[in-house]
Amino acid sequence: MKLTLKIWRQENANDKGKMVTYPIDGIEGDMSFLEMLDVLNEELINKGEDPVEFDHDCREGICGACSLQINGEPHGPDRLVTTCQLHMRSFNDGDTIVIEPFRAKAFPVVKDLIVDRGAFDRIQQAGGYVSVNTSGNTIDANSIPVNKHDADESFNAATCIGCGACVAACKNASAMLFTSAKVSQYALLPQGKIEATERVQNMVRQMDLEGFGNCSNTGACEIECPKGISLENIARMNREYMSATSKG
Amino acid sequence: MGGLIKSSVAKKFAMALSGLFLVLFLGQHFTINFSSVISPDTFNEWSHFMGTNILVQAVLQPVLIFGVVFHFVMGIVLEIHNRKARAINYVSYKGNRNSSWMSRNMIYSGLVVLAFLGLHFYDFWVPELVHKYIEGHPEDAGRYYGELVEKFQDPIRVILYVVSFIFLMLHLLHGFSSSFQSVGWNNKYAKGLRGFTVAYAIIIPLGFIFIALYHYINNL
Ligand code: HEM
Ligand code: SF4
Ligand code: FES
Repeated sequence: MKLTLKIWRQENANDKGKMVTYPIDGIEGDMSFLEMLDVLNEELINKGEDPVEFDHDCREGICGACSLQINGEPHGPDRLVTTCQLHMRSFNDGDTIVIEPFRAKAFPVVKDLIVDRGAFDRIQQAGGYVSVNTSGNTIDANSIPVNKHDADESFNAATCIGCGACVAACKNASAMLFTSAKVSQYALLPQGKIEATERVQNMVRQMDLEGFGNCSNTGACEIECPKGISLENIARMNREYMSATSKG
Repeated sequence: MGGLIKSSVAKKFAMALSGLFLVLFLGQHFTINFSSVISPDTFNEWSHFMGTNILVQAVLQPVLIFGVVFHFVMGIVLEIHNRKARAINYVSYKGNRNSSWMSRNMIYSGLVVLAFLGLHFYDFWVPELVHKYIEGHPEDAGRYYGELVEKFQDPIRVILYVVSFIFLMLHLLHGFSSSFQSVGWNNKYAKGLRGFTVAYAIIIPLGFIFIALYHYINNL
């Protein structure tokens, strides 16, 4: 496959940045999107140019490191996959592919296609945990019965890999889907009930402090999320938040 | 309450409540207007009641005005905040691949409705206030129907009404069901009501359009 890549290049956080066009040849359908970028980078390095920086780690859709806005969609045109699982067979010979970093004020560009998603870590740190007594008399989690429906819903929420595609897709750069998944995974379990009030309040406060936008319920996040995290989590977070606030 | 409205979730909640309140009001307004098509007498009777009843005038009317102002001010505040949340725009952004046009353009459909409200106040509310409080005419329970019909003799105004209600339809097609999600109501009953919200969003504005056209055509 012969392709034309239009890639965002930015030296560092303070650089203005610009789109640069790179023709590329010899791309096969079985390559992943990141492997295609590896090919480009080999060429750039051989020419003595700066390779395109992008985030990646597991390359099997579980770590949440890879990102990229590909042709106007986070993680590209396919559904329920991360960029590392996106195959080049999803594109056609002669295509032009526009590759940009995830855009949000709360996700500043570090270099080229790499953005700082530390805002998500700080939201998580604000309440995305349960406090457990580890002094020796810890109770086994399995000794507390949980009904199947809640266990499943909690598990589904917990599959969020924190990639940030929800923010990237949202016209408002809202982080509600991510935050609500992290609130929900605990809100649904007996272990999470004890700190439920402070958790949702603290996590929403941190989310707002980071400068994410508000939710307009467009549903773009749910469609683009590689893990299919449901909008129901946002409704649950709204409920949790309003009842926590009325409790004071 | 002041602290409550600071957070994103509380703002959204308030936005939804004010929106739902306006949806209710719209239904009530439509019912009265529609009576003008069926029976001028009924329309006069109801309008007279709304225009003179102390509870409607002193309690419901201020609540309504507050609701409208709150809704569009909050809508504009949120829009400004949301735009700031993405400082640099995408070169390529395919919103239509993951969301409806209506959901992405609430501010524009809302602003058209706001402009319409300006016209609407100029048409009905201002003359009503002048009639009642400045010129101090004695109440005439039979005047309303004639005033209504007279407004719809101007084709430009009829066109403006029709266009505005199409935008209100677009606004409600997303807004009505979206408000359930905002208040955290996303169970099977809320989902079951989705069809109703779509029907309401289409039928009520079409009904208002029908009323305007009816009085225009009827008096050609
Ligand atoms: C006066 C002009 C209006 C403006 C500027 C306006 C603006 C907006 C905006 C920007 C939103 C989206 C908020 C968000 O998603 O973050 C919205 C939502 C909504 N609007 Fe309006 N609107 C107006 C009039 C109306 C009217 C007349 C009605 C009903 C008859 C209405 C009903 C709704 C509903 C139900 C929502 C959904 C609330 C939610 O999703 O939480 N709006 N409006
Ligand atoms: S909710 Fe989905 S899109 Fe958002 S961070 Fe989690 S996995 Fe990524
Ligand atoms: S690199 Fe780990 S999810 Fe893509």
